[in-house]
Amino acid sequence: MNNIFVYCEITEDKVIADVSLELLSKGRKLASELNVKLEAVVIGTDLKDVEAQIFPYGVDVVHVADDKNLFPYTTLPHSAIVLEIFKHEKPEIAIFGATSIGRDLAPRIASALRCGLTADCTSLEFGDHFENKTQTEYKNLLYQIRPAFGGNIIATIINPETRPQMATVREGVMKKEILDAKYKGKVKKVNTAAILKDEHFVVQIIERHMEASKINIKNSQVIIAGGYGVGSKENFKLLYDLADVLGAQVGASRAAVDAGYSEHERQIGQTGVTVRPKLYIACGISGAVQHRAGMDQSAQIISINTDLNAPINHIADFTIIGSITDVIPKMIKYYKANSK
Amino acid sequence: MSFRIIVLAKQVPDTRNVGKDAMKADGTVNRAALPAIFNPEDLNALELALRIKDQRKDCEVIVLTMGPFRAAEIVREAMYRGADRGYLITDRKFAGSDTLATSYAISLAVKKLEPYNLVISGRQAIDGDTAQVGPQTAEKLNIPQVTYAEEIPEVTDTHIVIKRRLELGIETVKAPMPLAITVHSSAPDCRQRVAKLLMKYKHARTVTELQNETKDYTELYNQRPYLQIDEWTVDDLHADVEMLGLSGSPTKVKKIENVVFAHKDSKVMTSSDEDINNLMKDLIESHVIG
Ligand SMILES: Cc1cc2nc3c(=O)[nH]c(=O)nc-3n(C[C@H](O)[C@H](O)[C@H](O)COP(=O)(O)OP(=O)(O)OC[C@H]3O[C@@H](n4cnc5c(N)ncnc54)[C@H](O)[C@@H]3O)c2cc1C
Ligand SMILES: Cc1cc2nc3c(=O)[nH]c(=O)nc-3n(C[C@H](O)[C@H](O)[C@H](O)COP(=O)(O)OP(=O)(O)OC[C@H]3O[C@@H](n4cnc5c(N)ncnc54)[C@H](O)[C@@H]3O)c2cc1C
Repeated sequence: MNNIFVYCEITEDKVIADVSLELLSKGRKLASELNVKLEAVVIGTDLKDVEAQIFPYGVDVVHVADDKNLFPYTTLPHSAIVLEIFKHEKPEIAIFGATSIGRDLAPRIASALRCGLTADCTSLEFGDHFENKTQTEYKNLLYQIRPAFGGNIIATIINPETRPQMATVREGVMKKEILDAKYKGKVKKVNTAAILKDEHFVVQIIERHMEASKINIKNSQVIIAGGYGVGSKENFKLLYDLADVLGAQVGASRAAVDAGYSEHERQIGQTGVTVRPKLYIACGISGAVQHRAGMDQSAQIISINTDLNAPINHIADFTIIGSITDVIPKMIKYYKANSK
Repeated sequence: MSFRIIVLAKQVPDTRNVGKDAMKADGTVNRAALPAIFNPEDLNALELALRIKDQRKDCEVIVLTMGPFRAAEIVREAMYRGADRGYLITDRKFAGSDTLATSYAISLAVKKLEPYNLVISGRQAIDGDTAQVGPQTAEKLNIPQVTYAEEIPEVTDTHIVIKRRLELGIETVKAPMPLAITVHSSAPDCRQRVAKLLMKYKHARTVTELQNETKDYTELYNQRPYLQIDEWTVDDLHADVEMLGLSGSPTKVKKIENVVFAHKDSKVMTSSDEDINNLMKDLIESHVIG
């Protein structure tokens, strides 16, 4: 069987993006299950020693395409290079981040290769499939599990016939795990000059205003998330006070972001980040399905809500019926009283 | 030569405020319980197209929608807001298409409208939720793509400048045409229906819709041929049926589950000092915090 490939993104700080490291971690497990190799594709400018960042995740081969004009990302040069590698290596599975870049690139590649692509997967695992029509048995297909229909359904998608089996996965869904700090793979340099043509550079970037993502809530063990029920930006400060004493990060629902109570980077849910902390405290959040999609894997959930019937309470371990303005100061007070 | 913009728009069930009756007991979607709407980001796409038309007399905006017969509503809705005309791509052979088969069909329809300058779609449809059709259509047409547009500051005969909304910021690009663009929800909202256009197009119908009308439209349609909304089938597109529908779709849906509440035993407490004191003690003792 052929190998598993992960497309690695380069951040504004010129390092491999977290989402790619997460996918490498997942890819490593999948590769070991199938007894195949894990390969990475890195495309950019001035990529000296980039392999050192990814080998510890268990990468066996990294394809490095290093050339001027390959950073920042643009669609056509990156897709030309990935296509060339895929045509040659014929991956069994190819995984991309469900990011601005991955969702721009992966569909273009899938279309050119005429293979199936599953968007925004929340889980990848192997399973078998029997096709009644053709009486064919398929072993170890990639089950690509994803929400659709505005998060109201979860679909399991398979690609029985076409290869690679392609999927995009959102940041924070897979866990980043170093396999072995000393793991060493092989570097294969891509001959970019043989692939790239002038016509790949017709779309030119003329201006960029990027922020290196400063807010990063998804690695936090404890998250205090606020919703529309928090009521105001001022009340949101209470959440920060609690976060400070607990060493937590503050998250938000979309309604809270839309109301201007919090920054977009803190949004949790289907169109925000996915988090799985040890403790999730939902303050004034009703628990819409799109919100739960980003937090229902939390180990423990506390809901603070004035409404006993708020859907979030159904997935909470503890529900405190009350107003956040009353409850949060008390939580701070009794945390301080009980901890040494 | 006119400046031709093709807008791709999909009719979708409104999945944003799904009530209890939206799911059937077997976990499948009860489409009848959800209103069919103009996909929200496709309205943003239409608006960006109409803004170019506002600036250029030679601009023509054509809307393409693929779906069942009732998706003709999308074409009418677009015309009420300023589109010049539209086509409904409809055929039972399209049923079960994944994004690859969908973009194949759409790209054939776009080719029938050559020469065009821009193909503008929404970023993502709120039912399939993949955001794949725009880039895949671009690939099938062998033209470059610019995704997540929120503003088009400049259009000339030869190039276009586009502001893109990315996760971490804004990027402005300059691109040649023909070009495919996908539009982000941060682009301006679509203008409302124009009363004059509503009057003009309210009797616009597809052939199939005309057959179900009790009134005889023959005379009206002879006088106003623009009321005719054309339907394009597999034959009109000269499509290879093997590349459509289920047979043309490499992805298969193996299983669908309704997202049900996994009811936990939630311990309910009050906001009294005693309850909260006990909770914080518990959390500290079980090392969840502290
Ligand atoms: C395609 C799509 C994608 C989406 N993506 C996301 C996403 O990624 N993330 C997300 O969060 N949402 C998302 N949404 C929106 C989602 O459907 C909900 O609208 C949103 O999550 C509601 O936010 P909320 O719970 O803060 O607000 P509300 O639903 O308004 O709930 C407010 C809650 O606060 C309680 N409350 C009021 N006052 C107080 C008080 N003083 N103290 C305590 N409790 C109080 C109320 O009882 C209520 O339960 C998406 C929607 C769509 C259609
Ligand atoms: C539960 C479920 C899960 C699915 N998962 C996948 C999957 O992972 N991979 C896959 O390949 N297919 C998948 N499909 C099939 C996919 O939903 C259909 O192919 C659908 O027709 C197009 O995809 P979309 O709704 O995601 O559109 P998007 O790609 O999100 O649409 C982007 C834009 O393309 C344009 N557009 C899309 N469809 C049309 C149309 N019919 N007419 C005019 N313009 C249009 C619109 O401008 C739209 O805003 C899934 C279907 C279901 C029911």
